[in-house]
Amino acid sequence: MEEKASREGYILQASGISKFFPGVAALKKVDFRLRRGTVHALLGENGAGKSTLIKILSGVYPPSEGEILFEGRPIENLDPLKTRKIGIAVIHQELNLVPEMSIAENIFIGREQTNRFGIIDYAEMNEKSRMLLARLGLDDIDPRTKVSDLSIAYQQMVEILKAVSLDAAVLIMDEPTDVLTEKEVKRLFAIIKNLRDDGKSIIYITHKLDELQEICDEYTILRDGQFVASGLLEDVSKQDIINLMVGRELTDQYPYAPCSDGPAFLKVEHLSQGRILNDISFEVRKGEVLGLFGLVGSGRTELAKALIGASKPDSGRIVLNGSDISIRSPRDAIRNDIFYTTENRKKDGAFLYLSVAFNTTISALGSVLSNARLISSRKEKDSVDQKIDELGIKTPSQSAEIRNLSGGNQQKVILARGLMINPKLMILDEPTRGIDVGAKTEIYQIINHLKKEGVSIIMISSEMPEILGISDRILVMYQGRISGEVSRENASESLIMRYAFGEK
Amino acid sequence: MNIQHDTVLVNRNRRAADLALRFKSLLILLCLCLIVSILNPRFLTMTNIMNVARQTSINAVIAMGMMFVILTGGIDLSVGSVLAFSSCIAGALIQSGCNYIVAMLASLAVGALIGLINGAVISRLSLAPFIVTLSSMSIFRGLTLVFTGGMPISGLGDDFSSVGAGYFLGIPNPVIIMIIVFLVILFVTNKTKYGRHVYALGGNEEAARLSGIRTSLVKMSVYAISGFLSALSGLIVAARLSSAQPDAGTSYEMDAIAAVVIGGVSMSIGGKGSVSGVIVGALIIGVINNALNLLNISPFWQQAVRGLVILFAVVLDRITSKKTA
Repeated sequence: MEEKASREGYILQASGISKFFPGVAALKKVDFRLRRGTVHALLGENGAGKSTLIKILSGVYPPSEGEILFEGRPIENLDPLKTRKIGIAVIHQELNLVPEMSIAENIFIGREQTNRFGIIDYAEMNEKSRMLLARLGLDDIDPRTKVSDLSIAYQQMVEILKAVSLDAAVLIMDEPTDVLTEKEVKRLFAIIKNLRDDGKSIIYITHKLDELQEICDEYTILRDGQFVASGLLEDVSKQDIINLMVGRELTDQYPYAPCSDGPAFLKVEHLSQGRILNDISFEVRKGEVLGLFGLVGSGRTELAKALIGASKPDSGRIVLNGSDISIRSPRDAIRNDIFYTTENRKKDGAFLYLSVAFNTTISALGSVLSNARLISSRKEKDSVDQKIDELGIKTPSQSAEIRNLSGGNQQKVILARGLMINPKLMILDEPTRGIDVGAKTEIYQIINHLKKEGVSIIMISSEMPEILGISDRILVMYQGRISGEVSRENASESLIMRYAFGEK
Repeated sequence: MNIQHDTVLVNRNRRAADLALRFKSLLILLCLCLIVSILNPRFLTMTNIMNVARQTSINAVIAMGMMFVILTGGIDLSVGSVLAFSSCIAGALIQSGCNYIVAMLASLAVGALIGLINGAVISRLSLAPFIVTLSSMSIFRGLTLVFTGGMPISGLGDDFSSVGAGYFLGIPNPVIIMIIVFLVILFVTNKTKYGRHVYALGGNEEAARLSGIRTSLVKMSVYAISGFLSALSGLIVAARLSSAQPDAGTSYEMDAIAAVVIGGVSMSIGGKGSVSGVIVGALIIGVINNALNLLNISPFWQQAVRGLVILFAVVLDRITSKKTA
């Protein structure tokens, strides 16, 4: 067994792994093999069992059955500390760094280098960190920099460095590019390639199919807790992968419903706010999906926040349905039938520890009141049921805490919250971020349905195919101003990117 | 078909677990009562039970206000000082010939106003609730001492003292007050928009704001409620003694916080917990205090034992919630 494993070059082999939670089988006899010195994509829709598998491999959960071999030897009774010791490190989406400490201090946290008097030897730690940074091609970064002064991308790289300095042979990266700009992604990929050439093995989880061919060598696909396929990425197309993940032909990933030429619903004129927004003018017609594209930092979310009164613009006019309005708070926006859904569901969208019903009705409690102006349990239950049905929300019950739902279903609950106010304008900020392919298409269908009802939609997105596939018209932002407007017919990836980089 | 059957089963199991969880603190309370009544049968006499209920009512009323504050992720350390300050106001008014009902209303208004000021400072200046209410705890204790010269205000008349010492249908008035406050809060948290807004604010402040909730207003209001109920509790204390004491309510914030936490309101995750739990939490503390007296435990030991039992209850809660999660 041992000999065979090393001959085939597998560093990590998991076979027949199952995991049962009370009443649910999260994994059913899954096989997963990681070859030494490769980047291995672990793919599947949300709820397919990826995170359960990762948690088993990193020792968070014990498997209910199955065997794990590390370098050909069986390993048992894992816990997170033990897996770190034998050389498996997970880089989570939520980073585990101490913001007020320097890069070097973070890398050596818990095993600080000391001199013979037991005093921390900063010179030594900084020097070692500098060497680590150089090894990943990050020579330009001073290890004495405070982590809180780094962008998210660099913080993530510190986390990677920490794992490398622990001599981890296997690195597990959970959607590392989700929050990164294009340039930062390039840099991360260069680092991953460096690590791979160094003989490290990497398990890479992503929802961005475009990244696969660029960075990954092999893939394993899970669906509904079961192994579906694995192999070399060069042997399959993107469409093949999507089909394997969802188990059906996704003939139309981006359904588009043309819009009728409605009158302008919202007109924004010369909106400016400090250095964030610069003389912004545009309009959205009734029943139109206006795509808003821009690189991270271009001011898209800031524009949305200014429109709903969550921040205060210095100057400019907002005209709604032909009359001037002033929106000073999100509450005002909702009163004017405008609803904003945030780009970061967990941070400022969902009430994670509260129920699906609570999350659905919180913005429109007025509509579930009885004659005595009190919350009517029956009315609330009926209207939540209706929304669950209408949007196809998968939840065990109305009273389930929303954090137990998959990302896609959480997003649908937030959309339901918006729909409860009978909106005339929905501003959707990254409506499909971090959710699986199948749920994405369902969200697009919801958008199309709203459009037919005459609801105007501003869809902020970083995903080019989504912007191109769903929008009637596309605005591009660059450094706080509108750098271009493209109609659906004339839209192309290269044109939009040119505008996004501020070129004419 | 099979799958449906499975999910029904799972749901039923979950519901049973939910039920057990929901009444976990109630189970602790019942076990505690059982143990105490075995150790000393006098515990179960009607007089003693009424005693426990009456003693509990003072803490329970404060704790129910504290619950609102903790639900939003805050804390109110000033409850004991507000209790003393507002009850001395009532005492002084009655002594100067004011009608006792007017005096009581004025006292409640003062309590609510102090809470409102706490809340305004916390929400408008974005300061830490711990620091702000720590300051007002000291400020109002000091002002009470200045205002009374450190002397109790006594002789407050029979009408007023009947509020704390009288009975209604054989039940002590303070217990009646506690039950009324409980029912009102049960209603407010379950049936009103305001109740939902409090939970939303605690659950996720930014999400609450984006959902159209006036977060700073709600935040101010919970401190006002806490101040109001502290003042109400102060009236009970003063009426029972027929005397307003400037040093009343010292360290009452500890028992109130303990009741809230034992009752299952989370101090780390906002928006979790209910008023039923808080009442049970207050009763647990009341029974412990009563038992320590019944069992003749030296007052020197009482504090330590009480602390241990509270810690035990919270640890038990943590262990059982981990298992079901």
